[in-house]
Amino acid sequence: MMLPLMIFRSLKQHALSTVITALSIALGGGLLMSVWAVKEQSQAVFTGVNAGFDGVLGARGSKLQLVLNAVFHLEASPGNLAWSDFETIRSNANVALALPLAVGDNYKGYRLVGTLPDLLQQVEFAPGKRFTLPEGEEFFDAGRREAVVGSFAAQKLGLRRGDKFHPYHGLIFNEKDQHAETYVVVGVLEPSNTPADRVIFIPLEGIQKMTGHAAYTATEISAVLVKLKSPAAGFQMDQMYNKQGNRLTFAWPIGQVMMELFKKIGWFDQLLALISYLVALVATASILASIYNSMNERRREIAILRALGARRHTIFGAILFEAATISALGMVFAFAFYAAIMVGAAQVIRAQTGVVLDPWKFSWVMVWAPAALIALGALAGIVPAVKAYRTPVADYLVPVS
Amino acid sequence: MTPLLEIRQLKKSFVTPDGGRHTVVAVDYFAMPEQQQLALSGESGSGKTTFLNLIAGILKPDSGTITLEGSAMSALPEAQRDRLRATKIGYIFQTFNLLQGYTCLENVLLGMSFGPGVDRPFALGLLQRMGLEQKLNHYPRQLSTGQQQRVAVARALANRPRLVLADEPTGNLDHRNATEAIGLIREACRENNAALLLVSHDREVLQRFESVQDLAELNRAARAAEGAV
Repeated sequence: MMLPLMIFRSLKQHALSTVITALSIALGGGLLMSVWAVKEQSQAVFTGVNAGFDGVLGARGSKLQLVLNAVFHLEASPGNLAWSDFETIRSNANVALALPLAVGDNYKGYRLVGTLPDLLQQVEFAPGKRFTLPEGEEFFDAGRREAVVGSFAAQKLGLRRGDKFHPYHGLIFNEKDQHAETYVVVGVLEPSNTPADRVIFIPLEGIQKMTGHAAYTATEISAVLVKLKSPAAGFQMDQMYNKQGNRLTFAWPIGQVMMELFKKIGWFDQLLALISYLVALVATASILASIYNSMNERRREIAILRALGARRHTIFGAILFEAATISALGMVFAFAFYAAIMVGAAQVIRAQTGVVLDPWKFSWVMVWAPAALIALGALAGIVPAVKAYRTPVADYLVPVS
Repeated sequence: MTPLLEIRQLKKSFVTPDGGRHTVVAVDYFAMPEQQQLALSGESGSGKTTFLNLIAGILKPDSGTITLEGSAMSALPEAQRDRLRATKIGYIFQTFNLLQGYTCLENVLLGMSFGPGVDRPFALGLLQRMGLEQKLNHYPRQLSTGQQQRVAVARALANRPRLVLADEPTGNLDHRNATEAIGLIREACRENNAALLLVSHDREVLQRFESVQDLAELNRAARAAEGAV
């Protein structure tokens, strides 16, 4: 019963160092948890996003670049493919659905994606989920200069139904490269928490035949999103396009291709994790330093407690508990740091990719990281606890003059 | 009848800076019956505090035995000496040694927690008896020296000890407070059936005790015997 009081009083007596030490633990713990959770969630989300398709057909090149371009609307297209390639794959008996994409223009930095209306109207971008529009708005007509804007892009650009805009050439915004065509926004998609939120969809021909584009682009597309009838068909397509052919690339399955990205940036993950481990370790070491440094002033108190009958192991345990308590206190604050870092990271990731992370999603790191840091904190208390344990009672019962 | 405290052939020395040994306590025999109130006189540096620390089990003697209520304290391992101290001995220090971060009541309760257990009503009763019922939640720095002394007395008696050791308990008090404190300590020990062993070099304090022994004499006798051997 008196142990919590002893710890509380000691923490109160050393309030400043307690708060600073707890905050350093909070920073270390928060960083550790958020790095882990961002890595875990982003890996799960990015390898799970496939826009409702199994593979992407594109020009010969990197599968990863193809997927990033066609599914995540990032990166430049590795090259174009002919309309006939689209027709060939669309008529393949193993293909359930194939939809062409054409990219190459933007509006104030937000990418224009030319496609067929089916992409927005018929495809489930995730199981049971389709793109939806608010009441009174509509998907674009393939024969008109109409646009459907992703929710995030609409919010950032301030576009609403009825607004008109001129596209700009290229994927990077340059106000000198404005096209003459005027597009009318006919709908703003409800948030889908997918990369589609960051793009502006227009009819395929709009990109193909935009003024200023080379004439050959009218019969070319950037990629084809492909939905297969069976997983086995993927092997056949892989064989046909990647192994036997040398003109096109079939990126399949999309999730596995994305895993390559995480493998490529694995070193960066490890570096971040290492930094967060080090921060946590340094923070834990600060517990050791703060308690150890206060030991000289505490030795009289320890001697008095011992003279009152406190046993050595009671004093030893009290110091360990105190160290663990500082760590636990820090981990309470760590969740605030965690939330702040996660909310910030989720916003950046959403702005850059359209993919939404859930800052409040449970992760086991929220259990093991606090447990590990509290245990580490207690371990850090061992050195000062040993010093306390060895306090010669008689020597410290008299006040230091 | 077995005395409450019995000491035989007790010796304690310390290593001097030049590597030699300096004998501080060399007591051939010393005993106290239950509930006795005894004052030990001795000048500064005569080993009074060392003698009390040996009895309290804070220090371990080089040789000899200390028996408290039939338990050979000096032969016990440290943890058991701690336990015995927490349950059988109350200690009043010259500088009171109150824990500054704790209130009056907590100082008393904390002392209890290492002994038979926290008895809040008894602690409150003791502090009331010391006239501190209005100061329960005051910190030591918020009390006068005399009030701090009374908290120290209450703490020493909190575990219903069989023996109270008082080391120059009036050393930091003025004459009026010293007189009151001695009276209070003696009364409180009597009321709680505890024996009192008080060491002091203050003649006025010593005069208030029926039984007074000179520690220098005790030490001298043993040292003389040592020399004869």
